[in-house]
Amino acid sequence: MISRKLSTLAAMAFVAIAAAGCGKQEQAAQTETPATETASTTPAQAGGTLVLYSGRSEDLVEPVIKLFEQTTGVDVQVKYGSTPELALTLREEGERGQADVFWAQDAGALGAIARAGLFTQLPAGVADSLPASFRHSGGLWTAVSGRARTLAYSSKLDASQLPASVFELTEPRFKGKVGWAPANASFQSFVTALRRTQGEDKARAWLEAMKANGTHSLANNVAVLQAIARGEISYGLVNHYYLLNFKKSEARFEVAQTFFAAGDAGNLVNVAGVGILRTGRNAAAAESFVRFLLSPTAQQYFASEVSEYPVTNGVITNEHMLPLSDLTKIAVPVTLDDLDDLDGTLALLRAVGLL
Amino acid sequence: MPIVYLVLRAVEADGQTVRELVFRTRNLRLLGNTLALGGAVIVLSTLIALPLAWLTTRTNLRGRFVITLLAILPLSIPGYVVGYALLGLGSPEGPLRSLLGIQVPAVGGFLGATLALVIYNFPLVYLHLRTAFVGLDASLVDAARSLGHSPAGAFRRVVIPQLWPAYLSSVLLVSLYVLGDFGVVSLMRFETFSYALYSQYIASFDRVYAAWLALMLLAITTTLVIAEFRLLRDLALERSGLGAQPEGREVRLGPWSAAAFAFVAAVALVSVVVPVWSILYWLGQPGAFADGSEIVRSLFGSLRVSAPAAALATLLAVPIAYLSRRFPGRVSHVLERSAYIGYATPALTLALGLVVVVLRATPWFYQTAGLLVFAYTVHFLAQAIGPVRAGLHVATPRVEEASRSLGFGPVATFRRVTLPILKPGLVAATTLVFLSCIKELPLTIILAPLDFETLALNVYGHATEALFAEAAPYALTIVLLSALLTSVLFRKAGEA
Repeated sequence: MISRKLSTLAAMAFVAIAAAGCGKQEQAAQTETPATETASTTPAQAGGTLVLYSGRSEDLVEPVIKLFEQTTGVDVQVKYGSTPELALTLREEGERGQADVFWAQDAGALGAIARAGLFTQLPAGVADSLPASFRHSGGLWTAVSGRARTLAYSSKLDASQLPASVFELTEPRFKGKVGWAPANASFQSFVTALRRTQGEDKARAWLEAMKANGTHSLANNVAVLQAIARGEISYGLVNHYYLLNFKKSEARFEVAQTFFAAGDAGNLVNVAGVGILRTGRNAAAAESFVRFLLSPTAQQYFASEVSEYPVTNGVITNEHMLPLSDLTKIAVPVTLDDLDDLDGTLALLRAVGLL
Repeated sequence: MPIVYLVLRAVEADGQTVRELVFRTRNLRLLGNTLALGGAVIVLSTLIALPLAWLTTRTNLRGRFVITLLAILPLSIPGYVVGYALLGLGSPEGPLRSLLGIQVPAVGGFLGATLALVIYNFPLVYLHLRTAFVGLDASLVDAARSLGHSPAGAFRRVVIPQLWPAYLSSVLLVSLYVLGDFGVVSLMRFETFSYALYSQYIASFDRVYAAWLALMLLAITTTLVIAEFRLLRDLALERSGLGAQPEGREVRLGPWSAAAFAFVAAVALVSVVVPVWSILYWLGQPGAFADGSEIVRSLFGSLRVSAPAAALATLLAVPIAYLSRRFPGRVSHVLERSAYIGYATPALTLALGLVVVVLRATPWFYQTAGLLVFAYTVHFLAQAIGPVRAGLHVATPRVEEASRSLGFGPVATFRRVTLPILKPGLVAATTLVFLSCIKELPLTIILAPLDFETLALNVYGHATEALFAEAAPYALTIVLLSALLTSVLFRKAGEA
């Protein structure tokens, strides 16, 4: 793993240079938003230690943290865990907590910590330039990377066989051919978006119709993709990055993916994000860490190494991913604050017998 | 302590909400599911553990030491590894299909949850029964036989009553585990009290409703603990012999050996081979090359907290079990029962309770390895008490009295008389707690020091990203370490 880390770091150094060059070109071509400028500047030499609670796994974020430590000299002490567990821990620590930054896998957990009054306002200029759909309306937290819900399908199908909306999947021609993973947190966020945009009744009717149409419930997104590759099913509702990871190790994996028509509820973009805790000890390091995560270097890392969507402009995305500006155009119009009613979604999924 | 925390959280609710929460029909369904699951797990675990314990202690079956290891090992395999292995059984990539060419239907729901929990829990029952078999007074069986009882009759009238206290202890542990588990039930999507509790936490970070669910759960577990104590209270099962333990005659299995091996093989196939095969299968996938130094670091992290916790729990279990057996009274009973409540409290709830209490009372203790050892000990102490108590149940106080009358002080008596009798129980206790600690997750995640690494944390961290290949070396290290430790302990105890 040492060699892999080295190669990751080397790759990151490379993309950092590439991204910096790219940023300059863009700045030369058009007067860029002020955010890119702030983000491009080297983070302040904050020093000291930073306590980070990471609901994202070490596999995904450790290289970025290492690079931040090398760039700034800040010693980052991390507690890894699942996002809900860490959110609960933060709430119980309350005023006595010592964490500086919380990095969560989803908007719901960030919303809960914001509502509990534990986040402090992000300093001006840190995230102001992000699309409004990628930050908290009150400025308490910001998205760092995004993942999109997509339609995965067998490469053997041709374009005419693809649906334009999730609502078409209840038609007889899709009977028994679709797979999903109801226990997956991102799937549940998608159902929340469906409830918010289409209303409770329509969401419920859709879930029931999908079930009646013989949709296969599988354990997770990976199982959905494998079932498509084996030809057991032809379509699947999954997150975009699983397929990209499969393609990295197995280029001939016979699955492709696409979005639904612009604005369809199936095109949900979920985020992972960070907020700075009010009770932290090192506000300067916390700020420079958040700035670093939104810098071209870190953003390019998420796009190239983790296959996630960047949330700032000026990052080269994978050939299988849309540019950010196109993604925001086709995404379902919900704000991240809309997505925190997981409770209602779980109740609905239980009521229709999917959980 | 965790109860105080729960009550604190629970009273934040208003009366109306509470009535809606506590008296809704969903709770009845949860209760039904929970009890059905507990019952099924206990019955199946007994059917597996009792024959295994008998075979490895009372017969001349060959390879008893290896069988003992195989029967304990499933305890060390992390629950989600077992869960994924079972879920993968029905898939075309599964071991049954690749090794034996059999296609089985996918397991899940009640069946899946039962199987996964049995795999984890039958070793608990096995260890308790084994300890009891080892301490069994064989002269009683001989007496029964000489009085004209058939072997089966002697087993029913003499052996079973002597195994009963150990068996009850293990049943209590199993039921408490089933009540508190949410890893397996959530993976298998079978809704029990603890599953509802956990989904309540993660769905809305709602600590109030979750606290009420936890209190209801604790009400059930307290009932169980009290029932078990009632059942045990009037049992007098000391050995009649004077110290020297008559060696039980080994039963010669003869042609039945083949059947015994077939039974052992079937159990081992599902409980050890399938999960280990999954680990090895993952190990063969691209990406599974491990950083030796990181494995060593997390190995030391695991040892640094699990070993002291196992030792501490066993140390504490001896006086608690001893007091409640030899000097039954209010204090000793409260001590013993509170240990069981610590076990019955879901780990997530216990961890959050400790966060609240420690940050208020002793903030310097927060996020230290010491706190983690303390939390493990509180949570797993009951596992250590069971085997020790089972050992004490068959040790007569008269031997101790004899020793005292020969002029030995209480300490010398304990060391020279009681301790040797307890040895099998102590070994079982230490093993149980260590194997439980080494794969524990919620307490470790929440209470561990910053930048702390354990094997289980690494397995979990990789597995949640579906990077099973990267998780495999850590899972394998856990299993190998557990096998090594178990074999060393049992060899040392000289009862291979």
